[in-house]
Amino acid sequence: MELIFEKSRDGRHGVKLPDKDVPAEGRVPARLRREKDAELPSVSEPEVVRHFTNLSKMNFGVDSNFYPLGSCTMKYNPKFTEKIASSEHFADLHPLQPQLIMGGMLTQGALEIISNLEKLLCEITGMDVFTTHPMAGAHGELTGVMLMAAYHRHKGNAKKFILIPDSGHGTNPASAAIAGYRIKTVSSDSNGVMDLEEFRRKIDDEVAGVMLTCPNTLGVFNPHISEICDLTHEAGGLMYYDGANLNAIMGKVRPGDLGFDIVHLNLHKTFATPHGGGGPGAGPVGVKEYLEPFMPVSRVVRRKDGTFALDYDKPLSVGYISPFYGNFSVLVKAYAYIMLLGKEGLVEASENAVLNANYLKEKLKKDYEIPYDSNCLHEFVVSAAKQAEKGVKALDIAKALINEGIHPPTVYFPLIVKEAMMIEPTETESRETLDSFVDIMKNIARMAERDPGKFADFPANMPVKRPDEVKAARDMDLAFTGTEKGAGG
Amino acid sequence: MIPEDLKYTRDHEWVKMEGGEAVIGITEHAQKELGDITFVELPETGADVSKGDGFATIESVKAASDVYAPVSGKVSAVNEELESSPELINRYPYGQGWICKINVDGDPGAEGLMDAEAYAQFLEENEQ
Repeated sequence: MELIFEKSRDGRHGVKLPDKDVPAEGRVPARLRREKDAELPSVSEPEVVRHFTNLSKMNFGVDSNFYPLGSCTMKYNPKFTEKIASSEHFADLHPLQPQLIMGGMLTQGALEIISNLEKLLCEITGMDVFTTHPMAGAHGELTGVMLMAAYHRHKGNAKKFILIPDSGHGTNPASAAIAGYRIKTVSSDSNGVMDLEEFRRKIDDEVAGVMLTCPNTLGVFNPHISEICDLTHEAGGLMYYDGANLNAIMGKVRPGDLGFDIVHLNLHKTFATPHGGGGPGAGPVGVKEYLEPFMPVSRVVRRKDGTFALDYDKPLSVGYISPFYGNFSVLVKAYAYIMLLGKEGLVEASENAVLNANYLKEKLKKDYEIPYDSNCLHEFVVSAAKQAEKGVKALDIAKALINEGIHPPTVYFPLIVKEAMMIEPTETESRETLDSFVDIMKNIARMAERDPGKFADFPANMPVKRPDEVKAARDMDLAFTGTEKGAGG
Repeated sequence: MIPEDLKYTRDHEWVKMEGGEAVIGITEHAQKELGDITFVELPETGADVSKGDGFATIESVKAASDVYAPVSGKVSAVNEELESSPELINRYPYGQGWICKINVDGDPGAEGLMDAEAYAQFLEENEQ
């Protein structure tokens, strides 16, 4: 498809701009003035409408297709939350308003929503205090580890390391390293959970904390979790819960009750706000009471007269971790979702997510290897090792799925499974959709047996065919510079 | 297939001792598992590394993986050709695809390192 700049023809236009009647010279300092005119496409209105309509038809998302992308919880995003968040009462608020004199009175509703959402998230996770400020999952992780570091500094604890199992999300070690810690990896045992014996050997008084995803990226709940929490606390460390997989256990288990000290949630996964190009995300962080003094500013507090205000007077706080209060419209959507589903609805969502994953796992186990085949929770990992022997790798199967109109699962993660394909159907899919996915996966397995050469051409029916992934990664051209080709490199 | 004159780690690095200097790379098995390599983050010359530390990162179309130091010492040279041609590791993992050289502290010590035969056996066991 042509870029809109390539459709541009000199002299063509869609709107008539008024004549410029303000002289730029003398009013705007020279250093702030652009040296050459902005390059805008010269196109007619129908060309613009067709261009963007056609572009939107190439979109591939959860609104059009099944999207079992493991670890991402691509559940359907209910549209009523969009309607609520786009109400002028929220959308037209200025984030500085509550900080202006008397402005707080005009934003009581917004502050109350933040405060109520914090309380609901506390209830769901068993934590005492939440902040809504982090704007993504990894941002939540970084905030969480910064809280850990602030706590240890305040206590005078000399800590150096964070322990992370080898099935963990790649963002865990990245967040811990940015917060100043060194990483020690703990292997998984034959059941796919963190090896308890190796953990015992590695936990000592230099360990600041342990970052765990539970259930982990194989969809397996760690049966030693209480013992791991106890051992960590005895060594003076803190337990961090990566909430990416909370969708498996809502209303069943609370990380706070298990012994976790810090939790981050992905509202854009578990609480059904859009992500994956449709974002932005939100990664609120919850902590136990004794970590409250270190929480980022500002904090929403309730005055004695019942009104809400922002509190910046937190001398031990880690400071600002985002502008204002996080992605507010995302918070509104998640709040609306939680209020609509209620306690029973959230439990049912988790139950159906787990049921759907186990259903698919049972149906696929004859055709694909399942290396850690215990009862899974909301997701599971199959291996294409059997198919790879014929030359059909996980990546080829992913491309064949695209050809069938299905978004492929996460591939090559977690790293501990060869030719991994991580499947998470989510609770919002019908039996018919799941059955059709099973049929397609079985067909692909048969084709891998009989005609492995065929996979090289997939996908054949999409606007973009098979890209050269190696070239795309090696020769990147990230800067679009008008109609010319970018400088590259 | 697995060169006889090198030592190997369980993380699939190889080491070749040349006097007090250790040349380090990743094995044929490692490059095959990673797939097409797209980027190598090399350590700084002069950097101190401790055995077991992740001191370089290799990115492929599948994943980003750390390279762990098989010995302790100071980085004396890095293979700058990998910056423009990371695929050298795919093509010649034991030759032009070397990653860096480390001036080894004291006795290089074969502790924890395997010879070719032991590494071949390790690979076989891991396959199962």
